[in-house]
Parts: sequence; C-alpha cells; structure tokens
Amino acid sequence: MLFSRTLLKRHSVLPGFDLALGFTLLYLSLVVLIPLSAAFLKAATMTPEAFWDAVAAPRVVASYRLTFGASFIAALVNAFFGLLIAWVLVRYDFPGRRLVDALVDLPFALPTAVAGITLTALYAENGWIGQYLPFKVSFTPLGVFVALLFIGLPFVVRTLQPVLEDLGRELEEAAATLGATRWQCFTRVTLPILAPALLTGFALAFARALGEYGSVIFIAGNLPMVSEITPLMIISKLEQYDVPGATAIAVVMLVTSFVMLLLINSLQAWSRRREGR
Amino acid sequence: MSNPMSSSSSFPDAPTTEPAWVRRTLIGVALAFLTLFLFVPLVLVFIEAFKKGFEVYLEAITEPDAAAAIKLTLIAAGISVPLNLVFGVAAAWAIAKFEFRGKSVLLTLIDLPFSVSPVIAGLIYILVFGLQGWLGAWLQLHEIKIIFAVPAIVLATLFITFPFVARELIPLMQAQGVEQEEAATVLGASGWQTFRRVTLPNVKWALLYGVILCNARAMGEFGAVSVVSGHIRGQTNTMPLHIEILYNEYQFAAAFAVASLLAALALVTLALKYIVERRMKAQLKQASQSE
Repeated sequence: MLFSRTLLKRHSVLPGFDLALGFTLLYLSLVVLIPLSAAFLKAATMTPEAFWDAVAAPRVVASYRLTFGASFIAALVNAFFGLLIAWVLVRYDFPGRRLVDALVDLPFALPTAVAGITLTALYAENGWIGQYLPFKVSFTPLGVFVALLFIGLPFVVRTLQPVLEDLGRELEEAAATLGATRWQCFTRVTLPILAPALLTGFALAFARALGEYGSVIFIAGNLPMVSEITPLMIISKLEQYDVPGATAIAVVMLVTSFVMLLLINSLQAWSRRREGR
Repeated sequence: MSNPMSSSSSFPDAPTTEPAWVRRTLIGVALAFLTLFLFVPLVLVFIEAFKKGFEVYLEAITEPDAAAAIKLTLIAAGISVPLNLVFGVAAAWAIAKFEFRGKSVLLTLIDLPFSVSPVIAGLIYILVFGLQGWLGAWLQLHEIKIIFAVPAIVLATLFITFPFVARELIPLMQAQGVEQEEAATVLGASGWQTFRRVTLPNVKWALLYGVILCNARAMGEFGAVSVVSGHIRGQTNTMPLHIEILYNEYQFAAAFAVASLLAALALVTLALKYIVERRMKAQLKQASQSE
C-alpha cells in the first residue's frame, strides 16, 4: 500500500503494483545495491594517503594506461568495422547473410575464458594466425587489444543495425536527385544520422572493454608495468590479502563505469531524438 | 515500411546503392574481418579439442573434476536463472504497467550490473561475506561458509546476470501498453489470472529470449566467479574455472575439450536466439498494429 499511495502518478485498476515494486526493490537492494555500497563504505574507512598509495602506485597507473588505451583503440577499430559490417548486413544480399548475422553475436554468447584461450592459441607464435605475423601478439599488450576487439564488436553492429534498417532510403534518394554522389550522400546524409548510434556503440564497446577480464588475462602475458590490466590488479591485491587496496582500485573503476553509464544514457537519448523516435 | 533488402536487389543500379565492385569489396572486407576474428576462433576450439583423439576428449569431459565442474555450473545457472526470471517479471510488471515517480532511476539501477567489471562483482561479495567483511565474524561463529564455497558462486552469478530478463521484458511490455490487462481486470479476472492468461502469452518469446541470454552468461561467467571461488578442485570449480586450471597446467587438449562444451552451448544459444528473435519481431509488430 505504501508504494501505490506515495509513488503512483496515476491511479490504475491493475493490481500488484506494491508487490511487484516491493519485490523489485528488495531484490535489487540485496543483490546489487548493498554489496556495491560495501565497496564505497570500505574505501571510506581508508585514510586518504592509503587510498592514494593504492590507486596511484606505478604498477597500477601502468595498468590504467594499458586498460584505457587498449579499450579506446579497440572500440575505435570496432566502430569502423562494426559500421561496415552493419552496413553490409542491412544493405546488401549475399549467400550466408543470415548465418553471418546470427554469428555476429558470438562474442556475447561465447564464455570469456573460452575466447581467451582460443585467441591466445590462434595468435601465439606457432598459432594458426600468429605464425604468419612478423610481430608477437599473444603475451604482449597487442594481445590485450585483440581480445578487446573480439569482445566489443557486437556492441557496435547491434546498435547500428536497427537504426540503419529504420533509415529508409528517402533522404538518400533526395540527395541523389539533387546531384550528390554516393560518397557525398554517405558522408553528408547517412553518417550524420548514424552518428549518435555509432557513438553509443563505441561507448558500449569501450565500457565493456574497460572491465573485461576473462578473455584478456590468458592472452596478455600479465607482465608487471607492461601487460597487466586494471581488473587483474584487483585480483593480485586480493591474492596478497590486501582487501583495502583492491577495494580502492575497484572504486576508481566503479566511478569510471558510472560516468560511462551516464554518458551512454545521454547518447542514447540523443540518438532517439535524432531518429525522431 | 519498405524493406531495404528487397529494394536493393530489385534495382541493382538504383541511385541509392553502390556500384557492384564497391558492394563486393565491402562484403569481402566485412567477411574477411568476421572470419579472422569470429569464425576461425570458433573452429579452432573444436579442432584443438579433438586433436588428441576422441578418447582423450571423452576422458577430459568425464573425469571426476570435470564432472564436478559441470555439475556446479549447472547448479549455479539452475539457481540464478529462475531467481532473475522472477525478478525480471516483477520489475517489468511494475515498470511497464504503472506510472510512478523514480522510474528512470530504477531503470538505470537495474542496468548497473552490466557496467560493473566482473572482478568487482566478485570483490563486493568478499567485502560483505569475507572473513574481514560485514558479516564475516558472524558467519564464522555459526560456521556458515559463503565465500570460497557454492553460495558465493551463486551470488556472483546472480549479480552478473541480474538485468538480462528484465531488460528484454520491459521494452516489449511498455510497447504493449495496459489496455488488455485493464480489460481483463474490469471483466473480473484476478491479478494472477490476468497475468497468466493475458500478459504471459503476449511476452512469452521475450521471456524465453531473456532466459536464454541469462543462462548463457550464467554458465560462462569467469571473472566474478573466479574471485569468490577459491579454486578448490572438484568442489568450487565451475567449467570456465576448470578450463583455466587445465590450460595453466598445459593440458591444452583437455582445456579445449571442456571449452568445446561451452562453445557448443554458445552455438545453441545463438540458434535459439535467432529463432526467438524472429518470433519476437512478429509479436512486436502485432503489438504496434493493435494500437
């Protein structure tokens, strides 16, 4: 009764609001909110010096550089190829298109540990792909990039696909009638409409890459100062029973993810406005 | 709405498509990229798994530690998927069928686990239930083991797969509106009857879709489970953790054998997803036409 009297904006004949919302809030609090708040409360018990020492140690800073750098570049490359793949899947017909379309989601469905050992084996020096490359991929920072590329691809494709499908061809036809070439049409008409969705896809792939662990640790080699990612630093602190240190780094990552979440939400709102939905 | 596919194939040289050589190049580049980054890895899993013969494969997936890992993975998914299903339905009912204050905040909070690193998802449960955690002393006093035991593995899985069902149900139920449920209620149906006879048939495919995604993630989760599991062989190892141990012991054929089971699960997931997605599109179309 509590919720329906205080929160409902409009009376409804439908039953179950109190029960449904009550259960939702209880479950959300128990599984997500209370455990997450534990990280912030634990970090709050640390002295500012101890917190700073944990989050600004050279090894940890090196891990931020790798995590952010590799995630950013991987998301950028994914934005390019994701756009290309979404375009090809929506606009062109070719044999096996449906199969390819279904398999784009593979990185969502394939467990990260499986992806990790597979990519490592592929790009190792004697691996199927690695043996043809003039440089090392597995057990280097480049390996981190490859794993994050794999993980992030579906985010861009799946964000762009529905927008491209809804786009229709009227605007492009108008531009063509007015004498624009195909390329002008794409860069001046289509791309600006797709821009918010493309940015959203980029941001989703980037956010996912920042926290990724399973697929990366197998291929990274995990050399201190060179190829350690930030989630691994949390694990290594925990293995040394340094729970406060692990929590401090986790709080830095959590704040980063919350900022990304806000950014993605506003990008999606922008995207909806741009598409006039 | 016009289907872009049909217009491109019936007017190959229409002003809104590219010359044939551009089309072919773009398709070629896209397929090459996908082959290199998605298909080749998928094939490699199965080839590596059977590299040392079928007997080694069979041995790797039936030996006691592997069997225990498979069992624990099924338990973790078997508990967390139904719980998150009930939550998803309750959350979707409240959010899609009622207008209330704070709805957008609630939606953001439900999405939260998607943006938290799996490693942190494990860490927060250590902070609550670990030896130095909030409930650590009390749990030790009563000899209840949560961290480095099955309960923590279930909890971490719950957290990671928390939004999946809710995320699929909410948009569809919002699009379907409340008219049908209101009609049923006014005609005297009880809440449970309305839900079972009106709402559930309307959302069954989205529900199934959410469950499929939730299950795939639950069975494959690595990072979060790794933090809280303690890696005790035969007791607290799930399939992904078992793969890691085998891999680190250079038992590559065995590691890929167990991995191939999860890869097969991923393929089944994709196939089901494909089928359900088409049904869902049909259902959504129906919903928008009836408006």
